[in-house]
Order: sequence, then C-alpha cells, then structure tokens
Amino acid sequence: MSDIQTFREETQGWLKKNCPPEMRKPGDVCWGGRNPSFSHPDQEIWLEKMGEKGWTCPMWPREYGGGGLSHEENKILQEEMFAIGARPALASFGIWMLGPALLEFASHEQKLEHIPNIVKGKIWWCQGYSEPGSGSDLASLSTKAVEDGDNYIINGQKIWTSNANYADMIFCLVRTGPQEPKHNGISFLLIDMDQPGVEVKPIKLISGKSPFCETFFTDATAPKSNLIGEINKGWTIAKRLLQHERSMISGMGLATGAGSGPKKTSGMAELGKKYAGTDEKNRLADSQLRAKIAKHDLNSRAFGLTLQRMAEDAKTGGPSATASMGKYYGSEQNKLRYEIMLQAMGTQALGWEGEPFTPEELAITREWLRSKANSIEGGTSEINLNVISKRVLNLPN
Amino acid sequence: MALLFNEEQQYLKDTAKDFVQKNAPINHFRELRDSKDETGYSKELWKQMAELGWAGVLISEEYGGSDFGMVGMGGILEETGRCLVPSPLFSTALLGASLIELGGKADQKKDLLTKIAKGELTTAFALEEGSRHTPYRISTTAEKKGKNFVLNGKKTFVLDGHSADLIVLAARTSGGIEDQSGISLFLIDPNSTGLQRKRTHMVDSRNASEIHLKDVEVPETKLLGELDAGFSIIEEVLERGQIGISAEMLGNTLEAFDITLEYLKERKQFGAVIGSFQALQHRAAVMFAEIELTKSSVMGALNAVDENSNDRSRFASLAKFKAGETLHLVSSEAVQMHGGVGVTDEFDIGFFLKRSRVAEQIFGSSDYHLDRYATLSEY
Ligand SMILES: Cc1cc2nc3c(=O)[nH]c(=O)nc-3n(C[C@H](O)[C@H](O)[C@H](O)COP(=O)(O)OP(=O)(O)OC[C@H]3O[C@@H](n4cnc5c(N)ncnc54)[C@H](O)[C@@H]3O)c2cc1C
Repeated sequence: MSDIQTFREETQGWLKKNCPPEMRKPGDVCWGGRNPSFSHPDQEIWLEKMGEKGWTCPMWPREYGGGGLSHEENKILQEEMFAIGARPALASFGIWMLGPALLEFASHEQKLEHIPNIVKGKIWWCQGYSEPGSGSDLASLSTKAVEDGDNYIINGQKIWTSNANYADMIFCLVRTGPQEPKHNGISFLLIDMDQPGVEVKPIKLISGKSPFCETFFTDATAPKSNLIGEINKGWTIAKRLLQHERSMISGMGLATGAGSGPKKTSGMAELGKKYAGTDEKNRLADSQLRAKIAKHDLNSRAFGLTLQRMAEDAKTGGPSATASMGKYYGSEQNKLRYEIMLQAMGTQALGWEGEPFTPEELAITREWLRSKANSIEGGTSEINLNVISKRVLNLPN
Repeated sequence: MALLFNEEQQYLKDTAKDFVQKNAPINHFRELRDSKDETGYSKELWKQMAELGWAGVLISEEYGGSDFGMVGMGGILEETGRCLVPSPLFSTALLGASLIELGGKADQKKDLLTKIAKGELTTAFALEEGSRHTPYRISTTAEKKGKNFVLNGKKTFVLDGHSADLIVLAARTSGGIEDQSGISLFLIDPNSTGLQRKRTHMVDSRNASEIHLKDVEVPETKLLGELDAGFSIIEEVLERGQIGISAEMLGNTLEAFDITLEYLKERKQFGAVIGSFQALQHRAAVMFAEIELTKSSVMGALNAVDENSNDRSRFASLAKFKAGETLHLVSSEAVQMHGGVGVTDEFDIGFFLKRSRVAEQIFGSSDYHLDRYATLSEY
C-alpha cells in the first residue's frame, strides 16, 4: 500500500473515532477565543481534538502546532471530512489571514507565541486596517504608534472592524513614520483589545446584524515585541495579508457546491422549481429564470475549475495578484446568486420578520443583504480590477 | 482532474506554437483570402502538419497515429487558433478520425485511419441542414435499394465540404424528422453521381460548403456503424467537436486580447497612453477574468474526454458556452478599443470578430449550450 493510501485509511479511522456525531451535521462553526462560546458541547470536543492534531491548520508546520500535511495529504483530509459531512472545527481571521502572514514575516519567537494559539483557537483575532478617512486608499491611514520605552503608545480610530466586540487581539496597521511617502511609514502591530485604551462601538448593517465596529485607541499600549517585521516596513505584510484575505473570500463564489461533482447543482434550480413550478418536460417553468440560473451555474463551475487550476499552478506557493481576480469574480457571483434567488421566490423573499415567511426564507433575505458587502470588504471590486490592470496586465498609471 | 498540461502535452503545444508562428502567421490566412484560394487552405502546410503527427493526434499507434488524446489536440488547436490557420485539422483529424474510430468496423478503421494519420485523406462531416444547430432534425433520406442506399436531400455548413476526399454524412433511414433513432452514417465519395457540392463564402473566409444529393447511390458496405443507430456516435463526436472548437476559439481569444493589450500600451490620446484610462482598464480586467474561466472550462472539458468522465456531456456544453461568450466579448471589445483602425480591413483585428461569429455557430451557440446544460442538469 502506498503512503498516501495509508494516510487515507488512518485519517478515516481518526475521524471516525474523534469527530462527534453532532459535528457531522451542518451548523455554525466556532470562532474560539479566550472565553469561547459553544453552541453544543460537541463543538468544544471537536475543537480540542482537531486543535491538538493541528488539523485546524493542516498545512502549517508542526513546529508551531500545525498539521504539517503536504498538499496531497491535506486534499485527502478535506475529502474525508467532506465524506462524513464534518464541519470545520474552527473559523478565524487567524487561520485565513494573520497566520499565513506571521509564518512568512514573523520571528521564530513571535511564531511560537502566536501560531499555536491560532491553531487551537485560543485567541480571537480581528483586523484593524480601515479608518474613516482611509478605505480603498488604505495607505493614507493615520492611526499613530509612538515609541515609549519597551512599548508603543497607540492613538487613533479604525472602522468596519469585523467582530471587534468579541475579539481578544487586533492585528493593526499603524503609522510609525512620517506621512510622506505614505507607504513607507506603516508598521504591522499586534494589540491586545483587553485594556482601557481600546474601546469598541458596534455598527448596524442593512441586514439588521452588527458584525462590525468602530474601534478607538486612546493611549493604548502594545509591547515592542508585538511589532511584526521591520518598523515602517509593514505595508509589504499588509498587502500579502490582503492577498490571503481575497483568496479566502473568492471561495464564497462557490458557496453552494458549484456542481463540482456530476449532477450536482447549486440548489438554485430546486428553489426555482419550488416557487415557479415546472412545465410538462419537468423543466423550470419560468424560462428567463431558468436561463439566468444556468448561466450562473456554468460560470460557477468555470470559476471553481479556475480556483483549482490556479492552486495547481501556484507551485511557488501562496496567492498572487491573481487573488484579485478570484476576489472580484467570486464576490460578484455570490451577489448575483442571491439576486437570482430573490427573483425566484418573489415576495416570499422580501419579508423582514414574522408570518407568513419561513425561517429559511427570512434567512435568504438577510443573506441577500449581507452579500452586498462581499464586493466591498477586503478591497472593493473596483480596487481589484485596478490591481488586475496594473499588476497582471501591466497597464500604465 | 488535471487542469494543467503535462510535460509531454506542453511540449507538443510549444512545438505547435513555434511551427505556426514561423510557417502560418496571420498573413498566411490573409494571403489565402486575398488570392481566393480554391482549396481555402495550403496543402503544402497540411503536409507539414501531418509530418509533425498532427493528423494522427487522436489516432492510436496501431494505425500510425500518435495517440495524444484530446488534451494534445486542444493544445494544437489553441495555437492554430491564435493565427487563424485554416487547415483540415478540425474536420479531418478531429471529426473524421473520431467518427471512424467510434463507428468504423476493423477494416474501415485500418484503411481510413491509417490514411488520415499519414495526411493522405481529408474528410468532412455533413450533418446540419438548417441555419441553426439542430443536430437530430434530419430530413435527408437514405432508402435501401438492393445492395445500395439511395440518398436524397441537402446539407448545409459542411466544414471543408468542398475540398474533402471523403464525406461522412448523416441521413434518415427510419423514424420521424426529429427522432434520435433512425439516423445512419454513410461514407460517401464526393465524386458520386448526383452529388453536388457548392462552396459557401462565409464572413470568416474559411471553408464550408453545401452538399446536394439527388438519387446518390451508396453501397451498403459504406455504412458507418449500425443501421439506424448513428445517434450515439454523432453525440460523442459532436461533443469532441464542441470541445475542440472551443480550444481553437480560446486561441482566437488570447491572440485578440494580446493584440489589444499591446495597442492599449502604445496608442496615445490626451497626452497619455489610452491604457492608462480606467474605463478601458476595468474592461480589460473583466476580460482577463473571463479568459481565465474559459481556459479552465476548456481544459476541464478536454480532460473529461481523455479521462472518460461520466460528466463529459455537461463539460462539452460548459466549454462551448464559455468559449463562445468570451470570444464574442473579446472580439467586440478588441474592435472598439482600436478605434477607427479596428474597423479597417488592413488591420488584423477584424478577422477575429468575423471568425468569432462563425465559430460561435459551429455545433451550437452559447445559448444552445446554456439550454442543453440546464436540461442535462435536470431543470
Ligand atoms: C462587511 C464588511 C466587513 C469589513 N471588515 C473589515 C475588517 O474587519 N477590518 C478592516 O480593516 N476593514 C473591514 N472592512 C472595510 C473594507 O475593507 C472597506 O470598506 C473597503 O476597503 C472600502 O473602503 P471604504 O468603505 O472607505 O470605501 P471607499 O474607499 O470610500 O470607496 C467608495 C467607492 O469608491 C470606489 N473607489 C475608491 N477608490 C477607487 C479607485 N481608485 N478607482 C475606482 N474606484 C474607486 C470604491 O470601489 C467604492 O465603490 C469591512 C467592510 C465590510 C463591508
């Protein structure tokens, strides 16, 4: 038996023994943190088992608590988890964004301090990039960090900080150098949220939820050992992290199985049949809707294949400027998907609460509103098209 | 599923690129068009292509082919597509070889595939009868008379039909006009009495013809595959054809896009190169995204044939849908972004627009495949 077959069998065995029954059903994913909340006791067990094994971050080095798996082994792990319907044990900005950046840019000591905690879900991280005056033009940011003995003193304001009200720590872009040239005075600093100088105020979204906040720093402090990379050289790290973020968001375009397997569809067609009915050939009766769904399914499939091809192609590892292509296309696809669902469901998709709407219908309405942020968060569609023009197509300024 | 060329396939594609750039750049096509060449392609060039093994890419080694499969064929078609090279590659090496491989008896295969692989025999596939792709609406008839079949009817848009040495023709031997059963395939000598072929001059200056049949007698030994059961062969050949033409269309797209990008970086207006205008940059970036999706769809579909995927039919529609949509977009935008020179005959970019619309119609437009994909997905 080949090593890889052995690995598959061992993985099957391990999952069978350790993945609790409740975690083999669809449901919410835990975000960890210093004071984690679990919607079911099995969630805690699952996180602990996966964290110990390093399989929350399967391909990160073992030295820092990761799973140390190869590309091929990771693929098997994902396939086997998919096969039993296992949900991820942990979701976090640490896994998707901060961790990969730390692995590339942090010192050995910093990695030892932060990476294992990301793997085990011990710290909930949030992202302090955007400011009221600095959104797309991120490098104009003005939150300041000034040296004071072994510490930095931080003053300023961030905005749109997702989950800042739950987070334990924030990875932050701060100005440590002069304003001009603006890219060269930025540093990448880790700040503890649990201190008097940090205040958060939730902001309500059009979907009715408050997933993000304003974050205020008033003489907040962070030890100098929390500065990642060199002082005033944080922009390189910031951009790299954005590529990881964009790759992560790309995947959303595929949210409901883009039909990677034979006969699998996106679920839109079933929804369409349910609300719009079928004709004598069992086709979706509304032919305009049917065409829109088919076009979306075809593009999702092409997009899924593209992400797969790019992963195969990225022999040098890590995302590149092509991450912008994925972010742009994936988020636009996801928005379009909800628009099509709304069209399929008619007024049943336009309830805000209560009767005569089912919880599933109300959830789709809220998700439709949430999806509008997809092409804004992590860099807008326009900004990603700029990146493609300049970095990939080399069009001039 | 592999979505990148392996080393061997990449080598084949690189060789094709070199060969085409050297021996058949776009000017080669322009000269054929301007001289109103009778065959519509260069026989000398086809001979060289056959010597490189391209005529036998899909043919097994047993019959002298190189057996590189559809991925190999796709790589070559992409490169010939870049330079709009007219040649029997599609109608003979892809369609003809596939028809005979899938439908032929041992002696037919031995005889015909060997000749195709050597570049000694060209073929044409006579299927369509109307102006829109409706593969099973066949009213050309073949009636049994003694040891012969007698054929009557008319075929349209037969690629390479005016020049091919052998015509593979679909005729109705039983059933109603849209029935899938009752269709049979025949190997027909174009010089048969009662057969007339008329070259059609299409907007892309490539090679197509009408075929008129009046009491054409064909010996029963010239039946390809079983009587009344041509459907399953046609279905599979059409899918290979849809995927192959998609690879060629991807090549068309890539070249039109490259030419346009170059122009965006060199043409100046308002004291700046036009490629610095965001209105054009964003449209170029959107095209880039669509092209990446098209590459993956074509690659997935080529592999689906070689890997014998049970989802091959949907892959064929995915490839043809995406290749059609993207070539349509890029060829239109390419003309627009060139301004006035874009609509001149002297500049090559117009060739891509013309070729685009014809290629879109070959074996079903994007709309056709959108509908087919939905039907195959059961909605
Ligand atoms: C749900 C959500 C979660 C978020 N989470 C976080 C988070 O956790 N941490 C964080 O730091 N930030 C977060 N953000 C902020 C996000 O990164 C910014 O909203 C985004 O970068 C855009 O900035 P802005 O809102 O200031 O818009 P602006 O930059 O003001 O943009 C306004 C419009 O102008 C366009 N525009 C701007 N510049 C150009 C240009 N050069 N060319 C063409 N068009 C242009 C934009 O595309 C947009 O359409 C989040 C945002 C959302 C919606």
